[in-house]
Amino acid sequence: MVHGEAWTLKELFTYPNEYIYWSIQIVMYPFMTGLVAGAFVLSSLYHVFGIKKLKDMARFSLVFSFALLFVAPMPLLFHLQQPLRGLYVFMTPHFTSAIAAFGIVFSTYGAIVASELWFVYRRHFVEAALPLKEKSGKSPVEWFTYLVFCALTLGVYDVSEKSLEKDEKAVKVLAAAGIPVALFLHGYAGFIFGSVKANALWMTPLMPVIFIMSAIVSGIALCMFTYIVAMELRKLFSASRRRAAFRALPADHSPAHQGRSLQGAEPGVIQITSRYLLLFLVAAISLELLDLIFRGYTAVKSWDVLRSVIYGKDFISIFILQYGLGNLVPLILFLMPGLTVRRALLGTLLVLFGVFMMRWNVVIGGQAFSLTFAGYMHYHLPIIPHDYETFKEGLAGALTVGLMPFPLFWVMSKIFPVFDSGGRHE
Amino acid sequence: MITRRNFLRSALAGAAGLALPITALELLGPRRLRAERYDSSGVRWVFLVDTYKCVGCGLCVKACKQENEIPYDANVTRTWVERYVLTRDNRLFADSPKGARDGFITSRIDLGQGRYQDIKKEDIKKAFFVPKLCNQCENPPCVQVCPVGATYQAADGVVLVDRKWCIGCGYCIMACPYGVRFFHPNYHVAEKCNFCYHRITRGMKSACVDACPFGARQIGNIKDPDDPVTKVIMTERVAVLKEEYGTKPQVYYLGLSKEVR
Repeated sequence: MVHGEAWTLKELFTYPNEYIYWSIQIVMYPFMTGLVAGAFVLSSLYHVFGIKKLKDMARFSLVFSFALLFVAPMPLLFHLQQPLRGLYVFMTPHFTSAIAAFGIVFSTYGAIVASELWFVYRRHFVEAALPLKEKSGKSPVEWFTYLVFCALTLGVYDVSEKSLEKDEKAVKVLAAAGIPVALFLHGYAGFIFGSVKANALWMTPLMPVIFIMSAIVSGIALCMFTYIVAMELRKLFSASRRRAAFRALPADHSPAHQGRSLQGAEPGVIQITSRYLLLFLVAAISLELLDLIFRGYTAVKSWDVLRSVIYGKDFISIFILQYGLGNLVPLILFLMPGLTVRRALLGTLLVLFGVFMMRWNVVIGGQAFSLTFAGYMHYHLPIIPHDYETFKEGLAGALTVGLMPFPLFWVMSKIFPVFDSGGRHE
Repeated sequence: MITRRNFLRSALAGAAGLALPITALELLGPRRLRAERYDSSGVRWVFLVDTYKCVGCGLCVKACKQENEIPYDANVTRTWVERYVLTRDNRLFADSPKGARDGFITSRIDLGQGRYQDIKKEDIKKAFFVPKLCNQCENPPCVQVCPVGATYQAADGVVLVDRKWCIGCGYCIMACPYGVRFFHPNYHVAEKCNFCYHRITRGMKSACVDACPFGARQIGNIKDPDDPVTKVIMTERVAVLKEEYGTKPQVYYLGLSKEVR
């Protein structure tokens, strides 16, 4: 079977070689890249612009951005017909191609996030490594922890006030440099689509800007979502742990056991973050609507077929799912006074869904019509995989990519503690 | 001791030193290298399709599939023939079942998904066939977007794919406005018509040209003023497909109608 035939249904007049070649993984690619960029921008709001209320969120989203960073190239790799040759993009980049610079942009961004993380957590590495260094008779686990943190300090054990001040300065500089690079990373993903002149739906100079806006929206939403879930889980765990401790030692009322109960997600943090979410959401929607109106108004050759796709075949996924459920409903949820944590959780989920649908409508919608402008192609996402291809370019592959950041984040949070109540790390 | 002054001084020297090898890279650019390696002035391959002569027999498609080892039953093809039917009530129908590999053996129009449209003979205002193949554009978007340079333009204008270097991202397939590219079912890399490069560079005609019993397909060298194809292109009224994309296609059509997509 030809690549693409398994999930493409053709209708009316299409060219013989036309199939939906860019499927679900190419939907996942800008989605995941957008989350990376968005999460970083959120963390920079604190580090660069000094929005103090976002302090907790800043550390959290920086680590999350790093976890997402490793997942972002995965969909591209899954989608390649020759995944083993993926490295050729780094080895022999052909710079007239919008994809060729991916390696450079991506590694630059990765280096910035990694070094910012190092400066933020340097003190923690030293403080974790030093006591273990002096301890005699380390257990294998302690040895391992010691080696990891020892390596992470990069040999710098200076944690004097002066050096920490320098760290802070470095973090600020890196966060500031990271914003344009993060935006470029995603604007660049938009350019990959926007510059395809053969595709009537993709070709618009607005594409990179639209992508950047929705990227920030999705990044903030995912950070909020994960923050709320993680904080609430922590509250649950600590409550049950304390209860267990009380049951074991009913007479013990030492302060250690009475320690203040852990708070869940801070409503203040949620409120201020959601305000930034709203800001970027409005910008994203305006740009997308501008694009739509402009297309209708200028009505060039491709408009007839585009209109039949946008207002006909894809009406539900564009206007009901993306604009309605993914944009309008969360807009109302966040704008209603007295934002509760639960409502914010629902709102962020819907926003994430909306951004995913936007990516879907761009990538799949752009291939929903034929180059003949006289035929259509329908995409049927392979749910149950029956071979390698329908696995990696089906629901299973998309879920693998979508869920991967969470275990990665969990592992990373062991090294970069994101929930530090002592306020040690700036 | 590194002072600020020293640091700045050595940084400047470093940058200047780095600039040198970058200029060396510029000197050895692939375009320059290609131009210097062999003389390209003599040949520019072009194609001429006479739509008046095409009857939609599909022998060209069959020959192409066999010559270029495209799996016979795979629903992809390097070249194909389209049928256009315009009815008296101004409705346009077009199809190309299996790329017209078996010719147009029924008068019913294939609407896809197993549906067909019967059109009565007396309702037809105008009907014709249009063979399609890679346009070997002068400004090929597929070459522009290939992230690894696996697809490239030869000095004689033909766009080729390196099967050993293609990573299979599909960007070139997306970039082609003519839909001539696809993934080869066996090699899993981008595939397209290359005017039978292995034949034309040895003085033969492409397989489809040889297979056409009516002379609807011709290949020639536009740099040779005595080439019969060049003469037609220079003297008759020819058109190209989708000029608006700025790709400067090099497959010329005689009798191209406005309905053709």
